Amino acid sequence: MSQLPTGECQYERRVLDLSDRAAKSVRSLNSQQDVPMPLKGKDTLMASSIQAADSQDVALSVRDLCVSLPGGMERAFAVENISFDLKRGQILCIIGESGSGKSVTANAIMGLLPKVIRVSSGAIHLDGRNIAGLPADKLRGLRGRVVSMIFQDPLSALNPLMTVGAQIDEAMAAHGVGTPKSRRSRAIELLTEVGLPDVQLMYHQYPFRLSGGQRQRVMIAIALALEPAILIADEPTTALDVTTQAQILKLIRDIQRRKGMSVMFITHDFGVVAEIADSVVVMEKGHVVEQGSAVQVLKSPNHPYTRRLIAAVPHLTGKDRIPLEAAGKAPILQVNGLVKTYRSGAKWFGATRTVPAVNDVSFDLAPGRTLGVVGESGSGKSSLGRLLIKLMDSDGGRILFEGRDIAGLSEAGFRPLRPRIQMIFQDPFASLNPRSTIGHILTVGPVAHGKPYAQAREEARGLLSHVGLDAGAFGRYPHEFSGGQRQRIGIARALMFKPTLLIADEAVSALDVSIQAQILKLLDQIQRETGVSMIFITHDLRVASQICDEIAVMQRGRIVERGPPSQIFLNPKSSYTRELVAAIPGEQPEHARQASANR
Amino acid sequence: MTALAVSAAPSRWWHSRAVLRFINHRLALLGLAMITLLTLACVLGPYLLPYDSLYIDLRARFAPPMTGHHYLGTDPLGRDLAARLLMAGRISLLVGFSAMLLSIVIGALVGVIAGYRGGWIGAVLMRTVDGFLSFPSIFLVLALAAALRPSPIMITIIIAITKWMEVARIVEAEVRSLREREFVQAGRMLGLSGTHIMFREILPNAMGPIIVAASLTVARAILLEAYISFLGYGIQPPLPSWGNMLNGAQQYLASAPWLAIIPGAAITIAVTSFNFIGDGLRDALDVRDDHI
Repeated sequence: MSQLPTGECQYERRVLDLSDRAAKSVRSLNSQQDVPMPLKGKDTLMASSIQAADSQDVALSVRDLCVSLPGGMERAFAVENISFDLKRGQILCIIGESGSGKSVTANAIMGLLPKVIRVSSGAIHLDGRNIAGLPADKLRGLRGRVVSMIFQDPLSALNPLMTVGAQIDEAMAAHGVGTPKSRRSRAIELLTEVGLPDVQLMYHQYPFRLSGGQRQRVMIAIALALEPAILIADEPTTALDVTTQAQILKLIRDIQRRKGMSVMFITHDFGVVAEIADSVVVMEKGHVVEQGSAVQVLKSPNHPYTRRLIAAVPHLTGKDRIPLEAAGKAPILQVNGLVKTYRSGAKWFGATRTVPAVNDVSFDLAPGRTLGVVGESGSGKSSLGRLLIKLMDSDGGRILFEGRDIAGLSEAGFRPLRPRIQMIFQDPFASLNPRSTIGHILTVGPVAHGKPYAQAREEARGLLSHVGLDAGAFGRYPHEFSGGQRQRIGIARALMFKPTLLIADEAVSALDVSIQAQILKLLDQIQRETGVSMIFITHDLRVASQICDEIAVMQRGRIVERGPPSQIFLNPKSSYTRELVAAIPGEQPEHARQASANR
Repeated sequence: MTALAVSAAPSRWWHSRAVLRFINHRLALLGLAMITLLTLACVLGPYLLPYDSLYIDLRARFAPPMTGHHYLGTDPLGRDLAARLLMAGRISLLVGFSAMLLSIVIGALVGVIAGYRGGWIGAVLMRTVDGFLSFPSIFLVLALAAALRPSPIMITIIIAITKWMEVARIVEAEVRSLREREFVQAGRMLGLSGTHIMFREILPNAMGPIIVAASLTVARAILLEAYISFLGYGIQPPLPSWGNMLNGAQQYLASAPWLAIIPGAAITIAVTSFNFIGDGLRDALDVRDDHI
C-alpha cells in the first residue's frame, strides 16, 4: 500500500505484535499473584499439533480468503478467493508484483490488517483451527508464539530507543514466558543462533549501531524467541545488499531446516524464489494464478502471467553488448582522480569524522556507449553520479566533459552546460514535483534556458508519445500515474534538452521486474536513436549486464574492477567482484558457479 | 505493504482526501461557518442596522439589550452597541487578517531562503529569528505602540513583526527536508535558478504547514490586537475595536455588564473558530496520511 507510510506502520505492527503493553501488564499482574502462567493454550496447541502431524502435514491452510478494500480504491478486494497450503517444515514463496496482494495476505494471517481493510470471507486454518475473524486478544496470544513475522525494513521495525537485548526480552515477556534471568540467557542464545558476532556486547547495543544485515538478524532473533511453528517473512531481504541478502537467505534456510519450521516467504524476486523455495504461489492483482512446487513453477510455468514474469527477470548474460557505431573517437567524458570526502562532526571542537565517498576514481566514456557503475550501498556510486552532474562539488580531480574541465566550474558557470548532461532519478515518486503538471515539469527547464514555451510544449508532447505515454498526460499531475509511467516521464524530462550524456541513478530499482524490462528496453532504444552516452548506476548486477557495454565495480569509494560484462561475470579479476557475482540470487552463469565451487 | 495503490486518484483538489477529511472534521466546519457568518455580518451588518456606530443619543444611554431597535443595547454615550460591535469587528478582523498575511509573507520568505540556502545565510537568518523570539513580545508590542502613532495599519505592522518568527521556523524546517527530495535535485539538474526552485518548486509543497500556521496566526493576531487596544495603546476611540470596547466597558462592569460580555463573546467566538479551523486543517493536511 504505497500511500501508507510503511515504516511507521511496520513499527506499529511490531509493537502490536510483540510488546503489547496491555497484555504485558495483565501477565505481570498474573505472575505477581503467583497464578501459573497461561500454559493451557500452549499445551493444547502442542497436543493438537501432534494430532495434526498424524493426520496431515499442513501447518497453515488458507481457503477462499477474500479481503475487502474500502470504497474508492482501484478494486473491491485486495485478495479474492485465494487458497493455498503451507506444508509443515517447508518454505512457501508467495511471489507477485506490487499491488498483487501478497503483503495483505500475510497481514491477514497475522491479524494485522489496518482497520479499514477486513477479511470478508474465507478461512485461515492454523493447526486445524480457523483464525479468520478471531477476536484481537485471541490473535495476540498466537502472534509471536505460534506465528511470527519479519519485515522488509529492519530499521523501522526495531524500536530505536531500546537495546537489542531488551527487545528480544520484551517479545518473551509480553507472552509471560520465563524469568528475567532465563529470558536473558535465551536472548544471548538467540543472538548466537542468528550468527551475530560478540553477542554479549550485541545484547546492549541500540539498533542504529548495527548494519542492515545485523538488524535483520536481530529481527529474526525476535521472531524466533518463542519458537513459533510458522515464520512469515515479508520481503526480508529487499532492502539489503546482494551479499547481505545471500547471507540472510542462507540463515533463514538453515534455521528452517534445523527447527523444522514452516516459512511463508513473500518476495517479488524470482532469483530469491529459486534460491529458497520448496513451493511457490504466484499472485496477480489479488488472485492466485499459479501454484506448485518450485521446480515445476520455475521450469515449466503454465500461466501466461508467470511466464511473463519469469521472462522479465533480468539474467546475467555474460555476453557483451553489440556496440553502436561510435559518433566520434574522442571520449565524451574523462574522469581523473575524482575525490569526494564527507566530513561530519564539530568544526571547532573535537575531531571531525571523514568518510571518503569517492576516492581517486578515474574512467572514460566513449560517445554512444553505456558504462555501468555497480556496487553495494555505501560504495559511493550515487555520490559519483551526483559529482558528475555537479549536484555536489568535488574535493579533487578532474571531470573532462567534451574536453573541458567542469569540476571546478561555479554553478553559474556550469549552468549553460547543464542541458548537455541530464539525469534520471531513482525514485519515480519523489523525483516529480507533486504540485506541478507533467507539462510544467517537462517544459520548465527548456523555458528557463530561453526556449519559447510554444515550442517546448510541442516538443514535450512529442517526447511523451515517444516514451510510450499518451500526449494527454501533458496537463495531468504526477499522482495520476503509476511508477513505471512516472519513470517514463522522468526519462522524457531528461531528454527534453537532447543531452549528450545521460546519468541514470538506480533508474529501474524501484520498479517491478516487468516494468523494469520495459524501461531498460526504452533506454536502449533511445540510445540507439540519439547516440547519447549513458552512465548507468545500479546495485543490481543482473540489470547492469542487460544494458552496459562496460561495467565498473565500486567498493568503498574506489573502482576495484572495470571491464566488459563478459569479464566481470565470467572471469572476474578482483575477489570483491567474485563475491558480488556469487551472491546474486537465482541462477548464475555456469562458469561463475564452477569458479565459486573451485574456490 | 506494497500491495495496494490508489489508482482512481482524485484529479482535482476539491476531490482530494485532505478536503474530504476537513469536511469530516465537525469542529473545523463549525469554525468555518462561524467565521463566515461573522465576516458577513461585519461586512454587511452595518448597512442593515438602523443606527450608525457613531450616532450619539444621550437619552438612550445604558439601554440594556433588546431595547427598541437597540438589539444589543447602547453604551455610556447612547451609541448603538450592535452597530459598534460590527464596525469593531471589521477593524479587528481586518487587522487580524492583514497581520497574518504580512507575517506569513515575511516568515515564508525568511524560512524558504534560510532553509534552501543553508550555510551562513541560513544561520544569519535563523539567528535573527531567534533574536526576535527572545524579545518579550507583549512589551515589544506595547513599547512600539506607545512610541508610534497608533493607527490600524501601524497596529497591523506591529503585530506582524512579533508573529512572523514562528512561520519562519516552520517553513525553514519544511524546506530543509524538501530540499533533499529528488524533484529539487531534478530542478537543479535542469539548470533552474535558485529563486525559481525556491518559490515555484519548493514553496507550493510547503503550503500545508503554512496554511495551518496562517489560521492559528489570525486567531493570535485578533487576540493581540484586542489586548493592545484594551490597554489603550491600540485602535483609538472613537474608531471602535473589540479591544477598546472592552476597555470602555470596564468601569461599568457592575451596572452594564453587557458592554463587556458582548465584545468579549465576539473575541472568543472569532478566536476559537480560527483555532478550530487550524486544528481541522492540521488533521486534514497531515503529511503522514497524505503520502503521494
